[in-house]
Amino acid sequence: MYRYDEFDRTFVTQRVEQFREQVARRIGGELSEDEFKPLRLTNGLYLQLHAYMLRVAIPYGTLSSRQLRQLAYIAMRYDRGYGHFTTRQNIQFNWPTLGDVPDILTALAEVEMHAIQTSGNVIRNTTADATAGVAGDEVADSRIYCELIRQWSTLHPEFSFLPRKFKIAVTGSGKDRAVTAAHDIGLRMKRDADGGIGFEVLVGGGQGRTPILAVTVRDFLPEQHLLSYLEAILRVYNQLGRRDNIYKARIKILVRETGTAEFARLVEEEWAQIRDGELTLPEGEVERIRAYFAPPPYETLDDACPELEAQRAGNRAFDAWVRSNVEAHKQPGYAVATVSLKPHGGIPGDATTEQMDAVALIADRFGFGEIRVTYKQNLLLPDLRKRDLFEVWRALAAAGLATANSHRVTDIIACPGLDYCNLANARSIPIAQMISTRFADLEREQEIGNVTINISGCINACAHHHVANIGILGVDKKGKEFYQVTLGGAADETAAIGDVVGPAFDEDEIVGAVETVVDVYLAERRDAAEPFIDTYRRIGIKPFKEKLYAAR
Amino acid sequence: MPNNAITANRLLDGFVIYLTADGRWSEHLSDAAVAATESELSALQATAERHAREGRVIGPYVFAVEVGGDGPLPLGQRETLRTLGPSVRTDLGYQAARS
Amino acid sequence: MPLVKNGAVAQDPWTAVATAEELDRSGPILVPLALWREHRDRLAGRAGPVGIRLASNESPALIADDLDRLDLVALEFPKFTDGRAYSYARLLRERHGFTGEVRAVGNVLRDQLAFMLRCGFDAVEADARAAEGWQASTTAFSAWYQPAADGSAPIPARRRYATARSAAAVVRSEPVRPARQPDPVELAVCAATWAY
Repeated sequence: MYRYDEFDRTFVTQRVEQFREQVARRIGGELSEDEFKPLRLTNGLYLQLHAYMLRVAIPYGTLSSRQLRQLAYIAMRYDRGYGHFTTRQNIQFNWPTLGDVPDILTALAEVEMHAIQTSGNVIRNTTADATAGVAGDEVADSRIYCELIRQWSTLHPEFSFLPRKFKIAVTGSGKDRAVTAAHDIGLRMKRDADGGIGFEVLVGGGQGRTPILAVTVRDFLPEQHLLSYLEAILRVYNQLGRRDNIYKARIKILVRETGTAEFARLVEEEWAQIRDGELTLPEGEVERIRAYFAPPPYETLDDACPELEAQRAGNRAFDAWVRSNVEAHKQPGYAVATVSLKPHGGIPGDATTEQMDAVALIADRFGFGEIRVTYKQNLLLPDLRKRDLFEVWRALAAAGLATANSHRVTDIIACPGLDYCNLANARSIPIAQMISTRFADLEREQEIGNVTINISGCINACAHHHVANIGILGVDKKGKEFYQVTLGGAADETAAIGDVVGPAFDEDEIVGAVETVVDVYLAERRDAAEPFIDTYRRIGIKPFKEKLYAAR
Repeated sequence: MPNNAITANRLLDGFVIYLTADGRWSEHLSDAAVAATESELSALQATAERHAREGRVIGPYVFAVEVGGDGPLPLGQRETLRTLGPSVRTDLGYQAARS
Repeated sequence: MPLVKNGAVAQDPWTAVATAEELDRSGPILVPLALWREHRDRLAGRAGPVGIRLASNESPALIADDLDRLDLVALEFPKFTDGRAYSYARLLRERHGFTGEVRAVGNVLRDQLAFMLRCGFDAVEADARAAEGWQASTTAFSAWYQPAADGSAPIPARRRYATARSAAAVVRSEPVRPARQPDPVELAVCAATWAY
């Protein structure tokens, strides 16, 4: 993974000192809250319902065990013993005090981490597929390009006061595991006829009040032009994006109002002026970054692992976990395992200090000391030997991290919701807990198969409910919490916005409603091999509507 | 007009606080000044806004309360949660500190 | 309004002019874009210095052909969160080669000065507090990651320079390994095993 050099270390240290000075000026009364707010936001510090919240960047979701241990330490020393992993591969601490934040940032800088630009109207953490580098179907490791984008976008002087936040995602594979269609800029890696690496560039995806899927503005952008092209897009957006209405300020509105063809023309026109200039990646620059992401020293192993098969045959719980949580690795004899942060009835995405330490230890003992954060608010161990999976599973189980539900019905994405967030209209976590408890039966979960359930506590859609198979949006109707259901969303390369199924359900009805939806799927599916989304696409929304509102 | 009180967040730790009748800020809703009339509310608001400008508190706002035997209680769910802490972690937040 | 230029509080020789009647006054005058357009020939032929003030929705592209006649372009920040002028300043410097004064006017924060300088502003209409912050802003960071209008070498370029310098002192003897291209058969096997 990327290692800071002297320039990076100096930069982060200077940033911390700058913020320390800004905090001192705020506490001393020299800076008003209005003046301080943009400064603290671009250091990831929110003010939430009960306290401040610090969002720490985990660039493209990659962590070393040393970094994960430091996050565990920060949770213990400066917070209340836990952190929350997010859909943008970041971690949030919910109880830091203002005075402690510079010290927290210093502790982060010690392990080459920061909270720069995790909030505010700036370019945010560029996210990647959590299996980048180990998936067998990639053109190349997308993290290489994420790192290039990360550096280019850090404290960019021209783009620090955009109309609104800006999110970029990169996928290295034809299978989009980075939700590129729902990002302001989505980059899909591909090769041209000569084998050269480049990107399909998509712009204008986003959820929230107006969910829109990104459109292609350029079919193939050669890799050396990556940064200059992004600069052209951002420059057009910075100048023309709406600033009169925060609900119309994202680039998706600009693309829609301008029209895709005209928007692409504006970008190309700007790009023509700056391509082949200073932002062109020089020969060898990609190689230089690629070297940081060189594969670890894998052993040469057979892919067949009779040991593993025997262990699976001898232990049903382990077998279930392998079936749901373990994926293929491109290196023979290795595997990728999802560490579930979705215990049945638990808070999705939360991990305690002890759990973070446990995962770091497992990564050191059985992996190469690397951990990933996934879009689904889980962790992932990317480089495990198949023959170690049983030991890994036992160690995870001891820490409460072995729920066999990756991609299953209880692998729910939930935003913090009204329990934590100032923007929320309804609580989301308790709904996730209730649904999870209702379906907390391993066999039943396996029977149902892969389905995505996402719960957002407000229209901002931080839980990405629009692109969930079963999306739930919490709303406030006359002071009471109601839950609106959408069906048929998808976050992969077949991206789709879900359809609203009908009137909202209250807190007592929503779990039953989800159960009804699942029952309809089970009754209508062709066979167990047809996943929820395929059945929905085949039969449409009507059968679900009928069953859900039959009594009304 | 319903009864109203004023809440804000404390600068140093972001904690939830309520404006009292003598112009202090308390962590306890039971200490909050309750405004029953427009003029009472305006007076409270003026104090709160001055304190915000002085940098002592952040984001003061008015919220509706009902006054019962145990003192003011919030009418809105958001404000109820602000008195308790996250409903999903009753070991954190204020109810934990008090128990 | 007090002016901060090149790190210090400075006298502002410019007068903001709003109506046609004032156009004959002597000394440097700063006119809004609409007035410039209405009286372009008269202003372009004027003996004394002329400057144009652009609102945040007025791009410098609109006055690109007039820049050689101008000594000052003032860019408005109606709110400090309106970041359009950062792009405008860069375009003035890098696209249009403007070498006169580029001034920020309106609602600006001291902590934005570093970004403004990098984008090509050299003056800010602000108070003495800003002057104090000017120094702090310009020295907070010793290097930045991306090129901008200030000509400062971005970190990637500094790295290459540092590497080239140390490489010059070392004789390379190891062969350079070519980048490995994935084998098509290997890719197909991986894709097949991916559906676990």
